[in-house]
Amino acid sequence: MSDLTFISPLVGGLLIGLSAAILILTSGKIAGISGIVGALMQVKNTPKDHYLWRILFIAGLLSSSYVYKFFAPLPTSEISASNSTLIIAGLLVGFGTRMSSGCTSGHGICGLSRLSVRSLVATISFMVTGVIICYLLLHWTKF
Amino acid sequence: MKNILTLLAGLIFGIGLILSGMTNPANIISFLDVTGKWNPNLAFVMIGAILIGFFAFRRAENKPLTVFNEAIHLPGKTHITKELIIGSVLFGAGWGLAGFCPGPAIVAFGAGLKEAWIFVAAMLIGMILHDQIYLKLAQLKH
Repeated sequence: MSDLTFISPLVGGLLIGLSAAILILTSGKIAGISGIVGALMQVKNTPKDHYLWRILFIAGLLSSSYVYKFFAPLPTSEISASNSTLIIAGLLVGFGTRMSSGCTSGHGICGLSRLSVRSLVATISFMVTGVIICYLLLHWTKF
Repeated sequence: MKNILTLLAGLIFGIGLILSGMTNPANIISFLDVTGKWNPNLAFVMIGAILIGFFAFRRAENKPLTVFNEAIHLPGKTHITKELIIGSVLFGAGWGLAGFCPGPAIVAFGAGLKEAWIFVAAMLIGMILHDQIYLKLAQLKH
């Protein structure tokens, strides 16, 4: 591994920041993915402009792999989790992010950019839990 | 114009996630594996994003109007609740188990990755369980 492996994460991060900047300064919305997806599944008492910007943003996310492939080969996704683990993880991520009103993007990026104490508490909570779970999975289980 | 920019923002967000390595769960796991073969590179994703986000949100807070002169409503920053912490812990557990958080999972879903379809389907169910069942039960108790 070369010493420049931080460049792609840094440039990727700058793009994510740019996206959040565009969304807040042109639409006045926060680029929090769990909030956007969760609100899309609300069907009752939604205002007229409830769906459009969310659908557009998610459409951009969904098509990003396709667009990326025009410029460079898509990096591989290595997934070690079994199907049942994916289901449990998905349920936890869906339920948890709705309960805490945000995920890595809403709290971890937008919230921390605003120096929000609330988002700092959320980010520390999910990071520390993620570290503990990985520790238990990788260094405790013997199967 | 605003709609095109929103679509573009989603696209840039997704490309940023792919380029940064966030859509590969193995990278997430090695970032979280601090006691093993720790790879701290993903910290740069957050550094890069906040570097730009800081100025954008400072502008939004000082002058809460978009470039199209519409009001910006920002959520509160200090309200720390039991739900915030428990929810984040549940999320962190799922993140550590699979190596997917919502954004990268949606991007990988768009790439047609079978595992991401399973994860996203479960994530949507988890969200519905919270919003439609848990929240309603919690309201009934009050």
